[in-house]
Parts: sequence; C-alpha cells; structure tokens
Amino acid sequence: MELRVAAQKQFGTFFLDMDFTIEGRRIGLFGPSGSGKSTLVSLVAGLHHPDRGLILIDGEPIFDSGQAVNVPPEHRRISMVFQRPHLFPHLSVKGNLLYGYKRCAPKDRKITLDSLLEVLQIGHLLGRGVKNLSGGEKQRIAIGRAVLSNPRMLVMDEPLSALDDNLKFQIIPFLKSACEAFAIPYLFISHSLTEMRIMTDRVLSVAAGRVVGQMTAEQLARNSMGDSSVGYKNLLRLMAPRRIDGMYAYRWGDGELLISGGAGLQETLYELSATDIILFKRHPEAISARNLLKCRVGEMFEAGDRIGIGLECGSDKLVAVVVREAVRDLEIKKGMEIYAAVKATAFRQLG
Amino acid sequence: MPVFSHSDYLAILLSLRIAVVATILSLPFGFAVAYLMTYKKFRGKVALDVIVNLPLTLPPVVIGYLLLLLLGQNGYIGKWVLQPLGVKLIFTWKAAVIATAVVGFPLMVRSIRTGMETIDERLIQASRTLGAGWFDTVITVILPLSIRGLLAGSILMFARGLGEFGATIIVAGNIPGVTQTIPLAIYEYVSSPKGDVMAMALCLVSITISVAVLIFHEWLGRRMVRAD
Repeated sequence: MELRVAAQKQFGTFFLDMDFTIEGRRIGLFGPSGSGKSTLVSLVAGLHHPDRGLILIDGEPIFDSGQAVNVPPEHRRISMVFQRPHLFPHLSVKGNLLYGYKRCAPKDRKITLDSLLEVLQIGHLLGRGVKNLSGGEKQRIAIGRAVLSNPRMLVMDEPLSALDDNLKFQIIPFLKSACEAFAIPYLFISHSLTEMRIMTDRVLSVAAGRVVGQMTAEQLARNSMGDSSVGYKNLLRLMAPRRIDGMYAYRWGDGELLISGGAGLQETLYELSATDIILFKRHPEAISARNLLKCRVGEMFEAGDRIGIGLECGSDKLVAVVVREAVRDLEIKKGMEIYAAVKATAFRQLG
Repeated sequence: MPVFSHSDYLAILLSLRIAVVATILSLPFGFAVAYLMTYKKFRGKVALDVIVNLPLTLPPVVIGYLLLLLLGQNGYIGKWVLQPLGVKLIFTWKAAVIATAVVGFPLMVRSIRTGMETIDERLIQASRTLGAGWFDTVITVILPLSIRGLLAGSILMFARGLGEFGATIIVAGNIPGVTQTIPLAIYEYVSSPKGDVMAMALCLVSITISVAVLIFHEWLGRRMVRAD
C-alpha cells in the first residue's frame, strides 16, 4: 500500500501541514499527544477534509482540492478502530460485527464472519449484548467489526491506549493475527514505542502538525534512546520453556535464557531494558545474575550522552546501553567478544 | 354523581385524538429539526432555534391569532395553498391539531435534542467508516439511540396537547362535538351558572389522564434503565 498525503488543515489554533509518501503494509504513525496524529487519520478516513491538498491511496485520489475530489468516508473503504471500542449499544455482538459487512459490496466481501470468528476467537460471544462484555472482549469485537467490513486499509487510532498492560498484550496477538490472516494493510497510531515495534515496520514520526521523519520502528526506538526516560527496551519473543529451579529456561541465541517469574506460556513476549544488561570484558568467575551471554559487539551507536552497543549472541541480538566512560574502560570496539550479564528477574512479561 | 353528556364524552375523546395526532405528526419534523440543530452547521441556525422555541415564550393566544392570519381565508397559506386544494382548516378539529402541534413542538425538539447530544460522536464516525452513508447512519444509529428522547418528547408534547386552550380556541373555536376539547368544555361550564360540578368532573378526568401519562412515562424510563 502507498499512502500519499500533501495536505493542510487549520483546526482552531492548531495547523496541520504534512507532505509525505509512505509505503508498506504495516505503517506506524508516531508522535506525542497533540502532534496531529488523530487529525491526520481523520483526514485520511474522510471524517474531516483538508483545507487544501490531496490524499492518494495506491495512486487513487480520495481527496484532491484541485480536482474537487472528496470521496465520502463510506466509499473510502478505510475502517477505523478507536481508542475505545465504541460498539453500537443498540445492536448485539453479531449486529455490530455485521454492520460493515452488510454495507460492503458483495465483490469485496473476501473476509467472512466464520473466518473472523475463528481468528479472533469470539464465536462464543456472538449471541450476547455488547453491554455484557469485558473490556478486552469489547475491543476484540471492535477490531472484528472493522476487519469484517473488508476495508482496503485499517486505521487504528491508539487502539490499545485505553487498556491496562495485561489486557493490551492479550489484544495485540489478535490485532496482528487478524491483519496478517486477512492481509489488510494498516495505519497504526500510537505514542508507545513498544507498540510501534510490535505492530509496525515503517513509521512516520510527527510533531506539532508536521512530519519529522520516516524510519523503521527499530530505528525510531534507537533514535528515542537518548531523549526517552524509559530508554531502549529489547523485545524478546521466547518459546517452549522448561522449568528449572523455579525459573523458566528458553532457548535463545546459542544457549538458554533463564527467566524468573512469568506464566511459562508456550510463547511469551518479554521486555528487557537495555540498561539492565551489564557488560564484562572477560568472563567473570562468579556472579549472581543467572544469564551470562558470550556475545560479539555488532555495532555501536550514539544514544544521547550514552552509547548503544548492539550485541550478537549467535542468531539473536540484544542492545545494551552504557555510559561513555564504561566504553573507554572496557575498550569496547566493534567485532570484539564480550560477556553480557542479565539477572533472571530483569525480564518483564508483556504477553 | 355528575353525568357526562354526549358532547362531554366527545370533548374527552377529541382531546385525546388531537393530542395523539398532533404528537404523531410532529415526530418526524421534531426529529429532523433536532438533527439539524445538533449535527449541522448552517447560516440561520440561531434564527431557526429562536423560531422553534418561540411558542414556549409567546402567549398561546398570540400563536393562535398568528395561525388564524396564516391559515384563514385571506392568509398566505389559506389563500394560496389551502383554498386551491379545497381544504378548510379554520374551525375544524384539524386546526386544533395544528395549534397543538405548534405549541408543543419546542418541547418535543428539546427532548429529542437532549437525547441526540448524548450520542457519542465516535459511534457516528464508526458507522460512516464502516460504509454507512449519512442517511443510513441517521436511520440505523442516530434514530435508535434517540429513542429515549423521542419517547420523552412525545409524552411531554401529548401532555401539553391535552391542556392546550389559548391557540385552539382562536383557530378552532369552541364548537361542542366538533372542536370542543376538555379545557374548552371546562371553560364553558365555568362560564355558565351551575356548571361548577361538571367543570370539576372534567377537571378530574383531565387529572386522571395526566397522572396516567406521567406514570407511563416513569414506567417506561425505569424499564429502559433496567434494559441498560
């Protein structure tokens, strides 16, 4: 999918002026609150129209002030998932799911209710009223409703920000699997770097109504290392654990990672802060950290007033962050062998 | 024990009939005006708001007189629209329906508007992005979610219609069995010697209907809260 926007819009004192072309099936829109993310998606979805400019999807104009083109939202086939589910309260779960499907032209109906129920695992909710659903169930129905309208693009406007962390990482696999199973390109809006890295490949970074840059989600995370208070988080998708002394052992790199806590699920996403990795020039004789990984320094990059160290551990990679003085003391150079120690308790289970 | 005459029964039935017809006729217009006032931006919105609400503040007699000027034989509508069509409204029960509709209209619009204003805008946006055009959205989202406002407005207007007097007497007169409603019959009894008992009896009928309407309104409200 290619999205081209060259548009201006005045909203009170806020002025949006964006000019970009972005390609990909998993596009992110990243920026702080008030940066114009939601305004931009409302222009793309047709809920508002620019004062002037043009918006093209795969070369097809959906808005062009020069040619007086303004395709109404119902004909754009861009469905939205909002921050909150916003299910129609007067309709049942089935009525909500089928709302867009019934209005989709028969030739475009490639996703069916049965296939959707299977992917989102919501078949048991079908007969219920929407008022008798939990927060997570509601958001799954909202995703299903948008997907079942068979859109050519899905716009997700911070769909996870109203959910607590636990629920958020329960919903993400459904979001991903629905979009992947039905091959729907999407525009994912968030101010969370973690969500961006999980959900998107290419990211458009915006601030104060303007495009700041375009990069991969990984690059965005690294760029933000210096100025973000949370720093860089390594995301590790680990599988098939075995139980050892109250910990879980996962195959990772050339060996195993020992992780304390967690639910021991077959597949788990863990977060590891780059600052929680301690580097050793030589093998330490004995340490309390349960993970000592022999790695190679693959890259070194600036991270504000610190240095990011890319560690290659067999086929897997980690990023550690250290202060400049540590780099000098350990004489860290690209290509050298190094030991990384990580406590078993330093991993945070995301989902 | 007072005994109602035939014309008294007709007055009770006519009151109910006029209030019901005026309410039903006003519903689509009330919904349309409430929709415009809630969702649309247009020039003259304030003027429309003032015109719609004017009957709330004007004396009903003034409204009746203006309607008489408009719908009468020499009025704009009477002369150019009604006469060519062969329709005579003044001094018929239909004129009473129009008077009742005009007087109660702002109450209906206000109730529907209050209901519409509580509808989450995101629901409307969701509907549009799911492929529903604006009219489809009005029918499948806004209308069902305005149902409370519509019911409250209808009940309010019906109750107001039962008590309509000033505008009705000007445009429909006070003809027993033809245009005489409960308030007009009470007025006639009060004006005549020894009519006090019958006036009081019709007052009791009026109170009974009003209490029944209010109880129905309350019951409906509670049922809807339970359904939520």
